[in-house]
Amino acid sequence: MNIIVCIKQVPGTSEVEIDETTGNLIREGIDTKMNPYDLYAIETAMKIKEKNSANINVISMGPPQANDVIKEAYMMGVDDGYLLTDKKFAGADVLATSYALSQGIKKMDNFDLIICGKMTTDGDTAQVGPEIAEFLDIPHVANVKKIIDINSTSITVEMDMPETVEIQEVELPCLITVEKDIYQPRLPSFKLKLATAKRKIKNISFNDLDDDNPENFGLDGSPTQVLDVFPPKSNRINEKWEGTGKELGERISNKLKILKFV
Amino acid sequence: MAFIRVHQKNVKNVEEAIKVCPFNAIEFKDDQIEITSACKMCNICTKKMPDIYEFVEGKKGKVNKDKWKGIAVYVDHVEGNIHPVTYELIGKAKKMAKKINQPVYCLFIGSNIKHKAENLLHYGVDEIFVYDKEELYDFRIEPYTAAFENFINKVKPTIILVGGTTVGRSLAPRVAARFRTGLTADCTILDVKENTDLDQIRPAFGGNIMAHIHTPNHRPQFATVRYKIFDTPEKNKTKSGKITKCKINKNKLISKIKVLEIKKKEKVRSIEEADIIVVAGNGIKKEKDLEMINQLADKLGGMVASTRPLIEAGWTDARQQIGLSGRTVKPKLIITCGVSGSIQFVAGMNNSENIFAINDNPKAQIFDVANYGVVGDLYEIIPELIKKL
Repeated sequence: MNIIVCIKQVPGTSEVEIDETTGNLIREGIDTKMNPYDLYAIETAMKIKEKNSANINVISMGPPQANDVIKEAYMMGVDDGYLLTDKKFAGADVLATSYALSQGIKKMDNFDLIICGKMTTDGDTAQVGPEIAEFLDIPHVANVKKIIDINSTSITVEMDMPETVEIQEVELPCLITVEKDIYQPRLPSFKLKLATAKRKIKNISFNDLDDDNPENFGLDGSPTQVLDVFPPKSNRINEKWEGTGKELGERISNKLKILKFV
Repeated sequence: MAFIRVHQKNVKNVEEAIKVCPFNAIEFKDDQIEITSACKMCNICTKKMPDIYEFVEGKKGKVNKDKWKGIAVYVDHVEGNIHPVTYELIGKAKKMAKKINQPVYCLFIGSNIKHKAENLLHYGVDEIFVYDKEELYDFRIEPYTAAFENFINKVKPTIILVGGTTVGRSLAPRVAARFRTGLTADCTILDVKENTDLDQIRPAFGGNIMAHIHTPNHRPQFATVRYKIFDTPEKNKTKSGKITKCKINKNKLISKIKVLEIKKKEKVRSIEEADIIVVAGNGIKKEKDLEMINQLADKLGGMVASTRPLIEAGWTDARQQIGLSGRTVKPKLIITCGVSGSIQFVAGMNNSENIFAINDNPKAQIFDVANYGVVGDLYEIIPELIKKL
């Protein structure tokens, strides 16, 4: 069985702020890390591998520095890593990112299952998984909270809905996005770090892809464009109210109505 | 293709020119400033340093915007029970549609939903397109996407709004990818331009920044919006608009997914999951007075939490404790009642969205983190508040 896990390198600090006087974006440090939700995706793949014989490959898209997250995946027990990297992919929105990933996945070994994390901490959209599935023309299930069974033709999972849990059996190949806490992710192992120190990461560039039209990638392949970025308007409110018990009770009630809690 | 051109000769200070990018996507290599593949096209460099960085537009798209008309709302539901985010989106769609003088549509996909569709006619929608098929009883991605695709091809709406629910967040990207169009997730502000371009504003790059996004050369334009962002419109007494039953070929509704079982979730909620929390603190004098706190939480549909002293007194359960030695919570609303606000408590709740603090000591530390600090006797304020809600 071949499993592909999609991973992403994200900023180490999730908090980016705008300096309100200069309008500059401030991000403390230049640390990067693996998107925390992807750790659960890798762990899910590892758990499947423990029960069935499986080959786990990861794919990431980003600048060459994103190699770091693939090395980290090796330290968790992943077999092979692919990095989709090319200047032509820069400025990609969700659609262009998903499309490039789906094109990259077609260059990897045949797969039975693709696993994605629930979302990334920098994009926060939870859209890339379903879009990849669409471009590969395979079914997908989002919000998977448990793997019940997997065999050579299908996977049975629990899908987390707001008020119910649905048990779904999906034919392979398919894509799932997994919830945080599906399995506790293992820590990178020092032993594996040594063992995989020389393991190569395969680069995939634009020229390797089936689709040779650059307009489908990067900024040109992105239907959405960022016009502007600005700090949120709501400055932190810090009011103090005084009055009689009756007045204050009423005032809280009115405020709760304005804030739509009632 | 579109790109950012670097005017090398205008670079006076290399370090500054590199630092303008918050994503480290500008490098100095071989005596040249270069934009790397880490570029997110946020255009901050072109705005901050226009003489160095210039945005060069690519070929304009060929979409004929006049062919796409109307604003559509996807009716989010489970087994026909319509999620309230749907009404909020209808309200927003109506406001925008008025501006560009176009109709508002609803798309309702499911099984045995006709009478539920009737109810939507009270909200001033022009036309409801209903796909009512047995195969659409459970939400399975391929048949739902197929029905959605059929609707778009038939109606050609310029804008489609989808609730940011479990279903919506799985379905909208799938359909948007099929039409190779843009989708902006979790918008907090939406507006429409005269040329029907949708202005989409959402938190970006981690949360403390808002991004203004548009989809200038593609139709339809997709946006998802979370529950409780927009206002619910008034329900009209009379019905208006019409219901159109849509046909779809059965072979389009084939799925590789089998729903084996649907289990109702037990309603054991932890305070971490609560959107609304009322906290009982040391200002509560007797165990019996907790009833008042419970009542307030019930009125608001929230949960009760407490501080350590009450747990040590055995009045409340340890699972209800907020703070460093308890749980960390980030609800949309938290009302602390008689909580002084020790550092260890505040660390467990200061990321809450709206903090109300009731305390009779005007110097209590809790007022430093409260958005609304209410100075007074909780025994007078809370009964009045309960009465007014």
